[in-house]
Amino acid sequence: MDYQQKLNRQASAHRLARGMGWFSIALGLVELACARPLARAIGMRGEEPLLRFYGVREIATGIGVLAARDPAPWIWGRVAGDALDIGTLATRLEGSRTANTALALGAVLGATAADVAVARQLAGARHLSKPMVRDDSGRSGFPKPPEQMRGAARGFRPPRDMLRPEDRPPTIH
Amino acid sequence: MRALVWHGKKDIRCDTVPDPRIEDPRDAIVKVSSCAICGSDLHLYDGFMMGMERGDILGHECMGEVVEVGPGVDGKLEVGERVVIPFTIACGECEQCQRGHFSVCERSNRNQDIAKKALGHTTAGLFGYTHLTGGYAGGQAEYVRVPFADTTHVKVPSNLSDEQLLFLSDILPTGWQAAVQYDIQPTDTVAIWGAGPVGQMAIRSAILLGAKQVVAIDCVPERLAMAKAGGATTIDFMADSVIERLNELTSGRGPEKCIDAVGMESHVGHTLDTIYDRAKQAVFAETGRPHVLREMFYACRPAGICSVPGVYGGLVDKLPFGLAMNKGLTIRTGQTDVNRWTADLLQRIEEGQIDPTFVITHTVPLGEGPAMYRTFRDKEDGCVKVVLKPSLH
Ligand SMILES: NC(=O)c1ccc[n+]([C@@H]2O[C@H](COP(=O)([O-])OP(=O)(O)OC[C@H]3O[C@@H](n4cnc5c(N)ncnc54)[C@H](O)[C@@H]3O)[C@@H](O)[C@H]2O)c1
Ligand SMILES: [Zn+2]
Ligand SMILES: [Zn+2]
Repeated sequence: MDYQQKLNRQASAHRLARGMGWFSIALGLVELACARPLARAIGMRGEEPLLRFYGVREIATGIGVLAARDPAPWIWGRVAGDALDIGTLATRLEGSRTANTALALGAVLGATAADVAVARQLAGARHLSKPMVRDDSGRSGFPKPPEQMRGAARGFRPPRDMLRPEDRPPTIH
Repeated sequence: MRALVWHGKKDIRCDTVPDPRIEDPRDAIVKVSSCAICGSDLHLYDGFMMGMERGDILGHECMGEVVEVGPGVDGKLEVGERVVIPFTIACGECEQCQRGHFSVCERSNRNQDIAKKALGHTTAGLFGYTHLTGGYAGGQAEYVRVPFADTTHVKVPSNLSDEQLLFLSDILPTGWQAAVQYDIQPTDTVAIWGAGPVGQMAIRSAILLGAKQVVAIDCVPERLAMAKAGGATTIDFMADSVIERLNELTSGRGPEKCIDAVGMESHVGHTLDTIYDRAKQAVFAETGRPHVLREMFYACRPAGICSVPGVYGGLVDKLPFGLAMNKGLTIRTGQTDVNRWTADLLQRIEEGQIDPTFVITHTVPLGEGPAMYRTFRDKEDGCVKVVLKPSLH
């Protein structure tokens, strides 16, 4: 892959991350503004404050993703948040609105998969964006080619406590 | 004096701080001529090691000239002498020091009570490395106070340069101990994860000690090129499957000896377990990312030896210890017992068997230290090892 291709890949990873950022903010606003009907719909009645708190969390990570020079840690933050959501929903699966809860759970699982994919792309892009800046092939540290240095210190005996039992000389007590 | 000071996660500054003074009769004060940034410092920079406090002076790889000695140093060190300072502080007298286990000296850690609570028993005091190991001011500074100075030093000759000698303080003995402690045989394949400064020294050590084949694993092109220059076969873990390549290179048997020269900040993103680790780290449910340990246990030949100089901080998750147990692996690890190896290694440098300067890619004034932490961490500008010069402005 040449340098231009690597740059393109990095740009597309950042575009995806921005998408996740806006999605986060939108979801957070819904959780904040419509906590009551949402709670009823997914079988979390009475837990509106928790939903609002999750909403604030979504908005904060969304802003983080959009504002940061490096969005990767914020996307990881989203993955961690998804884990919380999954945990919360999973414990409500026995409630009155099981079908809706299961639907919501499915949606969160989908979002998690997307987050993980974006995070992986970002990590890959970060690595790929580095072209080799210097030729280090002359930096051997040896006075002669490595082949001729192999075993130059073979006479060195490791201290006894660092030998494996079978290599230790017998001792007389 | 000026010194690099830890102010919090990713916040290191070059501040003016009070000069160190003799506090104990066995102290000495050293005027630092050169110091370096280590991969271990990155764990502090990234905020993954507990026990740092705002205002702590960083640095544990330094050398310079003795400018003052306490009355208890007793002629073993004199003003004007040129010394390299080992990063492990050793009293030289306790039972562990007597056995050469300087990194677990029983007396040099002045915060023993905290260490005993956290670790069960105390380990040695270290320069510039958390209050768990004594909270001693480090050597990325114009001057450093050396406790137990009569035993915590390596006298060095004047005909060699700072650059040739500085790494006796840490990475050269660390790479050497990593290789020595698994007793290399001429038939051995040695696999080394991480081609950072420690990995590079481990590669050279394994070659000198006569390993049949040395394999280096990393993803940074300059570091892989440098590994190759030292005689290693290389694997880019972003491009190839590490396990498959290792099996190919060993006729399916696996390497007899493995070294983890990566530690707790393994790269994130190329495999699923690293993503899991990063997410757990984000919610403080795990302190290290042990991908390399997992891969190493899997790759290692049964009855082989795994050597772990890579630093881990506390808890790691999903470690397949069943692999290690059933394959009968031996695991050797630890901070380096620096003084145990320095006399021998100094002689090898003097004889020209190894010239550790090969690893240096950046030499800058101390004031540029904070920026260099970032460059080194992000492996930008081909950075492998940074040397800081307090005398330059
Ligand atoms: N035991 C000791 O006394 C001692 C002394 C010095 C350093 N250390 C430790 O040794 C480790 C390495 O130090 P360094 O100065 O070389 O640091 P470094 O951060 O420059 O090197 C680490 C290298 O590992 C590579 N890496 C990351 N993930 C990897 C993976 N999954 N597989 C293979 N390679 C991977 C990185 O690209 C990097 O080149 C650190 O953990 C450091 O704390 C221990
Ligand atoms: Zn170090
Ligand atoms: Zn001791």
